[in-house]
Amino acid sequence: MATHGLFRRIKWTLLFITLGIYYFLPFIRFDRGPDAPSQAVLIDMEAKRAYFFFIEIWPQEVYYLTGLLIIAAVALFLMNAVAGRIWCGYLCPQTVWTDLFLWVERKVEGDRRERIALDKEPWTFGKVGKRATKHFFWLMIAWWTGGAWVLYFNDAPTLVWQLLTFQAPMIAYIWIGILTSTTYLLAGFMREQVCIYMCPWPRIQAALTDEKALNVTYRWDRGEPRGSLKQNKKLAAEGMPAGDCIDCYQCFQVCPTGVDIRKGMQLDCIQCGLCIDACDNIMTKIGKPTGLIAYDTDENIERRIEGKEPVYEIVRVRTVVYAAIIALVGAIMLFTLLNRDFADISVLHDRNPVFVEQSDGTVRNGYTVRLSNKRRHERSFMLHVEGMPPNTLVEAVGVDSTFAGRPIISVGPDTTREVRVLVTSPPWAEMPHSTPVTFRITESVMGEVITAKDTFKAPEKP
Amino acid sequence: MADTHNKEVDQVSGVETTGHEWDGLKELNNPLPKWWLYVFYATIVWALVYWVLYPSWPLISSYTTGVLGANQRLEAIQAYDDGVAGRSEFADKIVAASLEDIAADQELLQFALANGQAAFGDNCAPCHGSGGTGSEGYPNLQDDTWIWGGTLDDIHTTLLYGIRSDYDDARIGEMPAYGRDELLSKDEINQVANYVASRAGLETDEGVDLAAGQVLYEDNCAACHGDNLEGIQEVGAPSLTSANYLYGKSLAAIKAQVTNPRNGVMPGWADRLDPATIKSLTVYVHSFGGGQ
Repeated sequence: MATHGLFRRIKWTLLFITLGIYYFLPFIRFDRGPDAPSQAVLIDMEAKRAYFFFIEIWPQEVYYLTGLLIIAAVALFLMNAVAGRIWCGYLCPQTVWTDLFLWVERKVEGDRRERIALDKEPWTFGKVGKRATKHFFWLMIAWWTGGAWVLYFNDAPTLVWQLLTFQAPMIAYIWIGILTSTTYLLAGFMREQVCIYMCPWPRIQAALTDEKALNVTYRWDRGEPRGSLKQNKKLAAEGMPAGDCIDCYQCFQVCPTGVDIRKGMQLDCIQCGLCIDACDNIMTKIGKPTGLIAYDTDENIERRIEGKEPVYEIVRVRTVVYAAIIALVGAIMLFTLLNRDFADISVLHDRNPVFVEQSDGTVRNGYTVRLSNKRRHERSFMLHVEGMPPNTLVEAVGVDSTFAGRPIISVGPDTTREVRVLVTSPPWAEMPHSTPVTFRITESVMGEVITAKDTFKAPEKP
Repeated sequence: MADTHNKEVDQVSGVETTGHEWDGLKELNNPLPKWWLYVFYATIVWALVYWVLYPSWPLISSYTTGVLGANQRLEAIQAYDDGVAGRSEFADKIVAASLEDIAADQELLQFALANGQAAFGDNCAPCHGSGGTGSEGYPNLQDDTWIWGGTLDDIHTTLLYGIRSDYDDARIGEMPAYGRDELLSKDEINQVANYVASRAGLETDEGVDLAAGQVLYEDNCAACHGDNLEGIQEVGAPSLTSANYLYGKSLAAIKAQVTNPRNGVMPGWADRLDPATIKSLTVYVHSFGGGQ
């Protein structure tokens, strides 16, 4: 049922912002130079790179995603500690898309009464037309939702053109199909069933909320005993107790999950505040103060009955700790991002054989070394193996250029190179069974230094 | 079918009954949900369609093949052919390039090493070990001891034609059987073996005339193994001072080899593997690090 008021306005605003970001973000351009994609937000599966404005991450840096997920989780906890399931009520995709679908339904078929009547009508031409129109718009929105999703994985304008001319890769059509059907089903038909039966979040939140969290609360201390407007006026005139609730059922009819909030806190309530708006409208009409239903705590109802002032403690240990965790993780992520290395080395010691004894008594170890160059131009690195005796021979297979016996390995722009490195002990050295060594690469221009630890193995001396 | 004309409704649950009754107990009629039944019917339709499209029913000596002509064996063969075709771009480059060029080109080297590693596991590992370390009687490809030479070209030739194999171009080096063919007496074998052992840094038997052994060596062995026991690659005679002996480094093993030598055979691969794979294997084996 249509409603209007403060919380409804907040919901519309958030819907515009979130869906606006979702649908149009892929089209924002961001110049990264000639041989890099110029899409601001892009997950390039083929090249194994993810871009976010000025940030570019490689698959091995996927821990940034871990950080984002931790922040997201703790932000949910924080929301819950402040005001219960407000995530569900305002920001959850299920809620947002359902809201949009309901709006379409209202525009096409009319408000609650008209829709109830339409359901009862026999199948006339007009009814079929209305239903068809509704489903057409639903499917269009759903299709556009699936379409926007795939745009994050490929250059958006190009892909849109490919999709229109039926030249896009099959995988894009498959994903659009999957997400179109899920959007259509979940927002069009499942709706509150998702929140009540499918989603795990309502099960968890009982552990995350407490008596100080602001939940949508029916102030029964003011509302009861409920009765019709006439009846309660009569009771009041006689000096009998009479509540402000006039039993108009508006709060129940606007509720997206079909909860009667006057029964108190329930699992299905998603804290969206629509019943507050509906009730406030009624209270204004009958000349009573608003806030019969409001974001409040059970504790405060008790306090008011006892004649004390209500307390609102948004800042308390729980919320401060959550906020601190978010700040900490965010700071760690920012720090690692600012100090991100633009080169990397990983070393893998040969396992078979672990070492090779040569005819002249020297010992050789083989390593697979992978160098990463995260800059967009070719760079070369000097490889030095520390921890070995002097005159140790270090060779990189397929690399001819050396400096003072140290291989100079060039790595192409924004890519990795794997080289086999052979380390041979000098003839006079008696190598112990295991020697810790450090592979150090030094970038030739900026002098960036990256190290990796490994060992040099030799036969065990009896 | 239950009689639908006079439905009896159970008082307690408000559900209509089927009309069946046992000892005063009436059966309630709670049918399966409609969607459930429709899904079941859909699976039946699915099966019928599947029988028509795909191989399904076994017959006496064949089977119904289905109108789509699906055949998993042909698909597997096709997939293999596609794989070969997918590699062909690089494989052609490898065939065209010289071995030195492959080793110097970053892209080709990466491909050759990957291709060589796969081929090595399939064809070479049974004898030379999965890491190329060999074992007694099977040469170690990791170290720097090369009986027939360890340059890229040498390795390539050995791979193509093998050692003592049936190929005309195979390298052949036969060590005479000094004991079995009675070219030397037991004492003489003892002397020469001890002499070699002494030069190779092994413990020798007490009271053996090493000088006599040296004379015997120079008369019988030096022609192939060299005056200084350094071995001669052209005839495939290994160095006797090396730390790595093919048939084991001990006095007993030396005696055994002089008495009744083993001449190991390596098969040639020219007719079994394609040129690109043989070249890849060459580069791969050379990259072990022992290559010259």
